[in-house]
Amino acid sequence: MVNKVELPKGGRRAEALALSFAGQAEQAPRRQGAWRALLRNPIGMTGVVIIGLVILTALVGRFAWTKSYSAQNYTRLLSPSASHPMGTDELGRDDLARIIHGAQVSIEVGVVAVGVALVLGLLIGVTAAFYGGVIDAVLMRVVDVLFAIPSLVLAILIAGLLGPSRTNAMIAIGIVFAPSFARVIRGSALTVLAHPYVEAARALGVTDLRIITRHVLRNIISPIIVLTTIYLSSAVLTEAALSFLGLGVQPPEPSWGSMLFEAMPYMQIAPWLAVFPGLAIMLVVLGLNFLGDGLRDVLDPRVRDA
Amino acid sequence: MLRHAGGRLAQLVPTLIGMSILIFVLVRLLPGNALEVVAGDAGSNPQAVAAAKAQLGLNESLVVQYWHFLSGFFTGDLGKSYLSGQNVASILGRAIPITLELTILATVFAVVVGVPLGILSATRRNSSSDILSRIGGLIGLSFPNFWLATVLLLITSTYFHWEPSVTWIPFWDDLGGNLVQMAMPAFAVSLYLLAAVMRMTRTSMLEVLGEDFVRTAWAKGAGRRRVLWSHALRNALIPVVTLIGAQIGNLMSGSTVVEVVFGLPGVGNTLVSATYNRDYPVVEATAVFLAAVFVVLNLVVDLLYGVLDPRIEV
Repeated sequence: MVNKVELPKGGRRAEALALSFAGQAEQAPRRQGAWRALLRNPIGMTGVVIIGLVILTALVGRFAWTKSYSAQNYTRLLSPSASHPMGTDELGRDDLARIIHGAQVSIEVGVVAVGVALVLGLLIGVTAAFYGGVIDAVLMRVVDVLFAIPSLVLAILIAGLLGPSRTNAMIAIGIVFAPSFARVIRGSALTVLAHPYVEAARALGVTDLRIITRHVLRNIISPIIVLTTIYLSSAVLTEAALSFLGLGVQPPEPSWGSMLFEAMPYMQIAPWLAVFPGLAIMLVVLGLNFLGDGLRDVLDPRVRDA
Repeated sequence: MLRHAGGRLAQLVPTLIGMSILIFVLVRLLPGNALEVVAGDAGSNPQAVAAAKAQLGLNESLVVQYWHFLSGFFTGDLGKSYLSGQNVASILGRAIPITLELTILATVFAVVVGVPLGILSATRRNSSSDILSRIGGLIGLSFPNFWLATVLLLITSTYFHWEPSVTWIPFWDDLGGNLVQMAMPAFAVSLYLLAAVMRMTRTSMLEVLGEDFVRTAWAKGAGRRRVLWSHALRNALIPVVTLIGAQIGNLMSGSTVVEVVFGLPGVGNTLVSATYNRDYPVVEATAVFLAAVFVVLNLVVDLLYGVLDPRIEV
């Protein structure tokens, strides 16, 4: 399949022609077919189903299960039953309602954090690749320095010192992952910028911004999609870890990580409190990993046969 | 190669300095004033604040403060904990062996189990054991280590009535007792790396097994064991070493949470509680230590490539 070329309008004809070269230069299969290929890939399909279910739970779960996640009761530490399928916690709160709310928290924090990382990574990576020279050197040294601190340590530092909260956890995770995005985006952008069609566009006097949005960004979407899925699972895990350490989502709002931490003193008498949040975290991360694996199979032709 | 090693070593210094400046600045820029901690309830009293400032050396310029902080790593004077008044250097000294042991045990376990599983998976591609270990690998990658640690604690305490010891048993005092205590935490830290090592060994073995030199080895009549272990594995291990290098940070992050779950007073645990308490000298020292180890280990991994694969110019 050849890259879809828009009908040339006036002076953009040459640019459209240049774009059609992009189709030939780029080896990756076209994205229109990617979704279908993903659904045919058993691992990718499993990921789609798991993540679909989690998103559904986050969106409509609270309408289907109307118990409050914060209402306290005297029915403390009840084991799972028909009225409380996941039991109740040390304050008599319904655990299922808390797990459902946790899905929302997990997805929100994960998506916003990765969004922050993606935006920062795009700004840094594309700027470094496009302008090169001193700008590139300075930006990449900053990235190196951020890379020199283990991710959770940096997340603990930023989240802890900003003050533990859900927003600060999202900011911290976003900053922590930004260098990885910046590096990959810079690398992919450099490859794209080396193509003759970019030179052609420059020769035609196309503005920098237009080259970046039209030529560079469009051609680096595949690696960005794979990267985003991979880091979504890391972001969910990091949020859970931060909340587990008390540096993320704050009570009374439940997060799977903080639920696990709160369950620890009652582990002997109420083990279900430690089991369900852990299972939930694992399910989401597993789903995202499956999805990432499937996407990589579909979008990266080099590993398709591996 | 030596010249390249020298070059990489020279790069190490600016990275370490940049990292320490970043941590130094982070701790000072972010809200939450250290003075409140030291001056306590007297925080509203200007005299108490001034005294605390003088005590912490906060009257000096940032450059001088940074210099004190940096030179502390060489003179061993890292200041005193705001909270306990203990020497930060001795706090760090007690925590380091625990974290080192935990991460080393975890890495060894991941390699010893992960590499053979990966080879097995690659040589019996698409067999049921391959599919099982691939799925197992993905599950291992998705198992949050703090949950694994919690579940391990739950199982041992419920079924074996075993409780982790409250204090750390140094391996130089009682090796057996130490290993019993560290086995579960090390496994909890290790699982992710194990799964990743297994997957990477599988992929790169599959790649290498398709190469010409492996076919040549088969053709010249080398035995299965020889082809797999000395021809293929040596080459397949290069990406595995890269992976372990890339996972060092994850390993240290993992050990941080696992230390908290098992109550091991390692560097990560110290960092977390110091962050809670805004005990800045301890936060700075532990964070810089963890990052420095991380940077140095990455360099070691880089240099290891050259040993494993002479074609690579480090």
